[in-house]
Amino acid sequence: MSTATALKTETEADVSWQTLCTKNDLVAFSGVAAWIETAEGPAQVALFYLPTGPNTPGLPGHETELYAIDHHDPFSKANVIARGIVGDLKGQPVVASPIYKQHFRLKDGVCLEDESVQLRTWPVRFEGDEVWIKA
Amino acid sequence: MNVSHSDKQQLIVIGNGMVGHHLVEQLIERGATEAYRIIVFGEERHLAYDRVHLSEYFAGRDAESLALCASDYYAEHGIELRLSEAVTEIDRDNGEVVTDQGRYSYDRLVLATGSYPFVPPIPGNDRPNCLVYRTLEDLDAIRAAAEKATTGVVVGGGLLGLEAANALRGLNLDTAVVEFAPRLMPMQVDSEGGELLREKIESLGVQVLTERATQRIEDGEASFHRMVFQDDKVLETDLIVFSAGIRPRDELARDSGLEMGERGGVVVDDHCLTSDPTILAVGEVALWNNSIFGLVGPGYQMAKAAADTLTQGELTFRGADMSTKLKLLGVDVGSIGDAHGDRSPGARMFRYLDQIKQEYRKLVVSSDGKKLLGAMLVGDNSYYDTLMQYYSNGLELPADPASLILPSTEGAPTLGADALPETATICSCHNVTKGDVCASIDTGATDLGAVKAETKASTGCGGCAALLKSVVDHELESRGVEVDKSICEHFAYTRQELYGIVRVEGIKTFSELIKKHGRGLGCDICKPAVASILASCFNEPITDASHIPLQDTNDTFMANMQKNGTYSVVPRVPGGEITPDKLIALGEVGKKYGLYTKITGGQRIDLFGAQLHDLPDIWQELIDAGFETGHAYGKATRTVKSCVGSTWCRYGVQDSVSMALHVENRYKGLRSPHKLKFAVSGCTRECAEAQSKDVGVIATENGWNLYVCGNGGMRPRHAELFATDLDDETLIQYIDRFLMFYIRTADRLQRTSVWRENLDGGLDYLKDVIIHDSLGIADELEKQMQDVVDRYECEWANALKDPEKLKRFRSYVNDDRPDPNIIVTEERGQLRPA
Repeated sequence: MSTATALKTETEADVSWQTLCTKNDLVAFSGVAAWIETAEGPAQVALFYLPTGPNTPGLPGHETELYAIDHHDPFSKANVIARGIVGDLKGQPVVASPIYKQHFRLKDGVCLEDESVQLRTWPVRFEGDEVWIKA
Repeated sequence: MNVSHSDKQQLIVIGNGMVGHHLVEQLIERGATEAYRIIVFGEERHLAYDRVHLSEYFAGRDAESLALCASDYYAEHGIELRLSEAVTEIDRDNGEVVTDQGRYSYDRLVLATGSYPFVPPIPGNDRPNCLVYRTLEDLDAIRAAAEKATTGVVVGGGLLGLEAANALRGLNLDTAVVEFAPRLMPMQVDSEGGELLREKIESLGVQVLTERATQRIEDGEASFHRMVFQDDKVLETDLIVFSAGIRPRDELARDSGLEMGERGGVVVDDHCLTSDPTILAVGEVALWNNSIFGLVGPGYQMAKAAADTLTQGELTFRGADMSTKLKLLGVDVGSIGDAHGDRSPGARMFRYLDQIKQEYRKLVVSSDGKKLLGAMLVGDNSYYDTLMQYYSNGLELPADPASLILPSTEGAPTLGADALPETATICSCHNVTKGDVCASIDTGATDLGAVKAETKASTGCGGCAALLKSVVDHELESRGVEVDKSICEHFAYTRQELYGIVRVEGIKTFSELIKKHGRGLGCDICKPAVASILASCFNEPITDASHIPLQDTNDTFMANMQKNGTYSVVPRVPGGEITPDKLIALGEVGKKYGLYTKITGGQRIDLFGAQLHDLPDIWQELIDAGFETGHAYGKATRTVKSCVGSTWCRYGVQDSVSMALHVENRYKGLRSPHKLKFAVSGCTRECAEAQSKDVGVIATENGWNLYVCGNGGMRPRHAELFATDLDDETLIQYIDRFLMFYIRTADRLQRTSVWRENLDGGLDYLKDVIIHDSLGIADELEKQMQDVVDRYECEWANALKDPEKLKRFRSYVNDDRPDPNIIVTEERGQLRPA
């Protein structure tokens, strides 16, 4: 179940911010999938958008609106993570795999049911209406 | 293990019936294989099997499924099992048993040879097709004989006789029972009870002849045999089964000089030891205190005592209670303690007889009216458990003991959990006492499920479920454990409470609900549950922006995700009726998109292997061909299975297809706590299998019979007959009310079958609510259902009209390439995941 980050030491030259899609492609409180280019080759990423605002459900102290996490589910070996339900467990934003329902922390990709399993995550942010990711 | 055989004593068990097998299990449990090398002899060729459920052999169960253990169980524990080898002699002088294959020495010996059926000494009883009902081989012989027979007679109207009659009926024989005594089951019931039992059994088409002594059996005229009775009346039949009691198989013991009872049986003491202390006897061959115990329960208790005797334990056999509850030919019969009241001087009685419902109950109480000495039940055993508690624990009866057998609208009165002593048996199948339940709670079990898992209570016949729940709840409460029924960490409410809040406050979105009544973002438990509640109440499209993040992936994409991340598509085929053009359209779609196609159990066609981005195109084609979404992905109405009914079938009495179409079109799109399956059969042959569905409808000459709360799948449950001979309108009215009441009161992901089992008051309560409107909510339930029906819209048609919704069906938002991970291979002319 090798989903850990490649052992290769990343340097500033290997990684770069790239544009992925627009805010309009995202689905509030849900996920979409996208392709990204990484130093190790193409990868599939699941983007989750949890908008904050006065009329939306929220977590105390939770500011991050956007998460990028591996789309590949290591338990079922299918590319499905973006299609899971997002929510929070014990105050931590998580996504539940739609196949066997394991929960992965959006922040760092750690599986709550088996902490030895961790999905890749990438820094991601809005630039105006565009979504940018560092890979 | 390096222990050589010579270090061990040799233990021989003669007999591999239910009790003999139980003894072996008990020995294994006590680690007796360390001290003994064990050899078991069975004269039958089959491994020990469940004789209590023998009649199910004719209902399709085979020897293997009746077996009491896996075929390698004995070998696995180092026990030598020698089947088809009858012991012919016990040589006590040399400490050996003799079979036709050799001599085997023993240090200890257990007789578990059981009993044989008594065949009355009637001239002609040895004619061909005069059989007995005891072993699988007997059953094979009965089945073979039944092939050339149209009529069958059972001689003996006791427990086993009625079992045998049921078996003959199952073989489609015209069946009669001939009993010597003035009534059926003379041991268990009195004359009133016997009369009721006769009525019920005769209404099943089984002829009952009592006070008939067969004088001889001779050649018949119209049938194979003719039975001649004491008054020269005759009865002709093709097949006779004797079931007139049992006799101990004690010839080995008798020949070897062990002490015997006057009328047979090997005399044993409390340790199950015979007059020769190296030899023990258990089960129906053993005579304890001048009694033979012909039930499996006491046999098991003897086996336990014998196992303790052989392993220096302390358990003894001190007699056994012969109380029993049975379902014979579908009729409940229960007998507790001194049911006839003839063993207790000064006993007083209460009797209740209902000739309309055909129920009879009797209490035998002590002269001061304070203790229950015995009880008798015919027609309804739901009173048994409570009465048994009073009897076996010597509890003081309520001021008016009659209340225990009077019908009550709230169902049988349940004994308060706190009134039971620690020694009270809660589960008689697994012999679990209230003390055992308390102990499991004290060592950490915090809910009913954990107690069941640990103690096995209520995992046998399940008859004690209500009692166990009340004991567990009471004990948890008394320990100050607040039973947390919150749906998850985001809502401190049950699903039922959330449903109430949504209805009362008219809340239409998840975000409003969690803002007002919950905390956090929600999760994969509460979001789909709330989505289902909202859909049940308001039936807005689930793909609307406020609802879409709540759905499981299947609902989000309105298709069923398979293990490789692709989806399967199931269009609705109401009632399973489909035109050739529509079949062609399905075929064309399957071909065009490379889909694997399979017929489902619900009379539809499942198309597998669609990628996310193909779903809208596939559905556009299906909708153009006249299909609607099938909700196979949702906790919602799935299918209404039907048979072809009176329009084609020569047996059909109603048009089941039209009714199935009507039902499916009415309830399609209804979301509920779990999936809903329906079926409509056009006659009592029941080809649509309606009795395994949440809602089953079976045609009668006069209308429709409604069955509810059945289930197939992992835990099959036979649906219960809810109402009979309904007209179309009343049928729909009851189903409306039933479904909405279920939606209102069930837990999340609770099928109707489990919901029904947990419903306080049971089926009678459900009938009161739905049929008699005891809660005054029937109009409201109907109106709520009509709202849902009126708001129905095909979800796929709705989504295809909305470009915003379709955006969601892109595999990747920034690229059109398909998922390279999805690899398929060809098998039998179709594609499947590689």
